[in-house]
Amino acid sequence: MPMEHVDGEDKGKIVLFALSTCQWCRKTRLLLEELEVDFSYIYVDLLEGEERSEIIEEVKKYNPQLSFPTLVLDDGEVIVGFNEEGIREALA
Amino acid sequence: MSQADDARVDEFYERLKEQVEEVGYHLNSDVEFTKALLKSILVNEDRYGYGACPCRLASGIKDEDLDIICPCYYRDPDLEEYDACYCGLYVSGDILSGEKQLTAIPERRPAPDERIVRGEDETGTLGLESISNLPLPVWRCGVCGYLCAREGPPEICPICKVGKERFERFI
Repeated sequence: MPMEHVDGEDKGKIVLFALSTCQWCRKTRLLLEELEVDFSYIYVDLLEGEERSEIIEEVKKYNPQLSFPTLVLDDGEVIVGFNEEGIREALA
Repeated sequence: MSQADDARVDEFYERLKEQVEEVGYHLNSDVEFTKALLKSILVNEDRYGYGACPCRLASGIKDEDLDIICPCYYRDPDLEEYDACYCGLYVSGDILSGEKQLTAIPERRPAPDERIVRGEDETGTLGLESISNLPLPVWRCGVCGYLCAREGPPEICPICKVGKERFERFI
């Protein structure tokens, strides 16, 4: 399953690791859409096999607790959880 | 889950709401948010065979996920500390009354490398010599005698519904 891409203003590479079943992940995705930034997202719970293991290892690099949502910004900043204020500030 | 499953979600909601209120817990009063979570729990039930927390990555192996089957092992400590469970399905009386606002809370579940899976830890029979060395304190409801081993007493006694102030440390 490839990354889904949402077009918007370029604020550097923004990647959202999320779960398709999680409401906080949904709120995070909707916030990014509201901010109209360019970003990619992937639903880790929908992955299978090797692809899943690879992405899990990648998420653990940014967030060893492997919790969702995990948002990775271009400058390397990682925002874990639906931290509305933190996301708005980082992308202002 | 298709459109036809909305009836299944509604039925789940009504049943769970009645059941948890009866034992002193509260579902999130944002019905749309709550039903979306319940729908996801049903999705997980269909997908994994158990209703894993919608906001956590289930492994598909039940023994590894016993702690995150809803209601999860982290619900009560999270209600105690943050007034809501991790996914926001369960909230405290203060959030229900509007005195506090629901926010996303930190993950309490240990990181994958730090988890203890059932069967790996040796929990032998409790001997007398170990009674003073319990991993958690035991709390007793002064009204009905309900005992529970956890960091602090529950907000409301699940048996007789009295408040936490009626609990005393027993062991």
